[in-house]
Amino acid sequence: MLPPQPTPALPLDVDATLALLTAHDYVAERRLATAVFLALKLRRPLFLEGEAGVGKTEIAKVLAVALGKPLVRLQCYEGLDTAAAVYEWNYPRQMIEIRLAEAAGNVTRDSLAHDIFTREFLLQRPLLQAIDPADGVAPVLLIDELDRTDEPFEAYLLEVLSDFQISIPELGVIRAAQPPVVVITSNRTREIHDAIKRRCLYHWVDYPDALRELDILRRKCPRAPENLAREIVAFTQRLRSMDLFKAPGVAETLDWAEALIALDRVALDPQTVGDTLGVLLKYQDDVGALSPEVASKLVAEVQAEGIRV
Amino acid sequence: MIVAGPPQDDRPLKGEAARSDVSGEAIVAGPPQDDRPLKGEAARSDVSGEAIATMDSAPTARRQAMLLPKGRLAENVLHFVRVLRATGMPVGPAKVIDAVAAVEAVGLANRTDFREALAAVLVSRHEQLPLFEQAFDVFWRNPKLLEKMVAALLPRVYGRVPDEEPPPELPARLAQALMPKKAPEARPDDEDEVDLDAAFSFSAREVLQQKDFATMTADEVTQVKAMLARLRLPLPERPQRRTRAAARGSRVDLRATLRAMTGAAGAVAPLAWRARVRRPPPLVVLCDISGSMDRYARMLLHFLHAITNDGHRVHTLVFGTRLTNITRHLAHRDVDVALTRITSAVDDWAGGTRIGASLAEFNRRWSRRVLGQNAVVLLISDGLDADAGEGLAFEVERLSKSCARLIWLNPLLRYAGFEARPAGIRAILPHVDDFLPVHNVASLRDLAGALEGRGGMRRSTPAVKRAIKVSPAQESWPG
Repeated sequence: MLPPQPTPALPLDVDATLALLTAHDYVAERRLATAVFLALKLRRPLFLEGEAGVGKTEIAKVLAVALGKPLVRLQCYEGLDTAAAVYEWNYPRQMIEIRLAEAAGNVTRDSLAHDIFTREFLLQRPLLQAIDPADGVAPVLLIDELDRTDEPFEAYLLEVLSDFQISIPELGVIRAAQPPVVVITSNRTREIHDAIKRRCLYHWVDYPDALRELDILRRKCPRAPENLAREIVAFTQRLRSMDLFKAPGVAETLDWAEALIALDRVALDPQTVGDTLGVLLKYQDDVGALSPEVASKLVAEVQAEGIRV
Repeated sequence: MIVAGPPQDDRPLKGEAARSDVSGEAIVAGPPQDDRPLKGEAARSDVSGEAIATMDSAPTARRQAMLLPKGRLAENVLHFVRVLRATGMPVGPAKVIDAVAAVEAVGLANRTDFREALAAVLVSRHEQLPLFEQAFDVFWRNPKLLEKMVAALLPRVYGRVPDEEPPPELPARLAQALMPKKAPEARPDDEDEVDLDAAFSFSAREVLQQKDFATMTADEVTQVKAMLARLRLPLPERPQRRTRAAARGSRVDLRATLRAMTGAAGAVAPLAWRARVRRPPPLVVLCDISGSMDRYARMLLHFLHAITNDGHRVHTLVFGTRLTNITRHLAHRDVDVALTRITSAVDDWAGGTRIGASLAEFNRRWSRRVLGQNAVVLLISDGLDADAGEGLAFEVERLSKSCARLIWLNPLLRYAGFEARPAGIRAILPHVDDFLPVHNVASLRDLAGALEGRGGMRRSTPAVKRAIKVSPAQESWPG
């Protein structure tokens, strides 16, 4: 086995975690930094729930970069099975191996089974890659949108998450030499079973407050003029306090800023807001609720009051 | 058809959760001593049993604390976990160890870190956060507040006027968890309990009528129980994306085939196959518990309990003037415990109906969480709406569009002269896929057959046209 490569040390306390995330342009609230710190320290999976577009997936990506670990991502979907998530035998290679053994003529059942169910015929899928990394560096494992898959897969995850091991009937149990950093996200389109949650540290990722969102916008969208950035944040913050079916997330705020920059705007005006509303709101009812009158009232408010703290 | 048989018990996830619950309770004082369904209190008779243990049976607590690494801190964390558990938060015993480890990891220097460390370990749903934070503030910061609550609540228990202002509003669950009531024998007077009951209720604006299931006659209970406990609702199974090994299937199972080939030492082996798994879709039940539905709601809750514990993908919400998710309460295996918990969780029992507002709340807060994977929605209501159907059509349409199939069960449908006259009924009818009666055990039994016959797919004929035809027309329309 290769000697472990030098990686940045894990943060020593919550402040260090917060600083680490901030250094990589992830503006986290202290509550989240605490959860991340504990996940690293206690080696527990971090379970992040929250509305779409609040930066759940981003945490895993930032952690991977910040800790100098590779990122292994498993995107969940309905019907996800072990062949796509954990491992698969390389059937074409196995068949060729059988043909070759036949041609050589000295085949017995046991030797054949030993020959073709070995590591070299095993295709690693994300979970196995994370448990048994090729380069020996324990990665950051992102299990994204776990709510999209179904209960049987959740049940399978229990073994992986509690013991960091995977059982392959033909090979035996593969254990992680070093447990990966696991981040699980859910958009809450379905309740995740308590058995999973019990093994994890739970954190609800909320929409950021105005100042934090402004900080995020400045970091992610440095080209936005300061005045425009403030107006954008003030506007989306007000939208979130409205009675909408789906309030815009941080991702939408950033998209909107990009859109306004692309349109060469330096300040909000009702016309532009109306034209670009599709970037912020994704339901017709919500777009309808933001009539031109409401939009101009909001814009006037935003320009008069600025960011509410 | 209705299948009368023992519920299957080999689902790993469920079984595990159930076990952990049991162990969580077993550590504390054991089963509740007295199950007499006293109003309000009975709701958490087991919980208060636990909480009493927190305060009174110190030996148990000490014994458990000795297993933990640090002395007083661990003991306090343990007590805090018990308070949380008593509020109904599912916090297993293993969490205590984790919580102590987490607290040790972040240290005690920063109060916020201390709180967040505990939250990260002990909270597992967003809804629990406010309760956790209030419990945290009361438990860890201000022991005076706790004393004040004792002082303020105790006189009320014994029917005297409290001397000072009541403590800041804590959620009723937290108040009950922190203030376990004394053993019921201490208060033989029934009226005292009613006072206490009112004091723990949430809102004065609503009709705060807690329906007492204990008023069911013994006869009624045994009959309904016996019949409804065996009812099942076999929704038509739909093919899933997942596959399993099958004798005849649509795909070749390469893995099994290759294993067979090694067994045959490379000789020709028969192909192994996989077929799609079929299973019933998730079911979401929205049940009206307003005054006009009261006669049926009692019976239906037994039915809902039976089907909740049969399949593992059933969500149940009840509404009168507001929406309450009772899935967790219904999941208790014992129907009586489940129903008692529901009585205490639901505030608008037998009050008014605001169907439109309730459905709006469902669409906003719950639809995205429970309507995934082709869910079927069972709307149980008489359609008599206090808001005269205002905004109802819009919300029903949205509901209908976000689920695979919307089935409306209406007890009024049994009347021969049923006409869709009330505004609420007219607003709902155009958007439902099925419109069926539900007024007695027989109609529930027929319901299963009716659903099965229709293949689980959306029908194209408008339900309005079928409404009268489907009705069994046994009795006459009142008035």
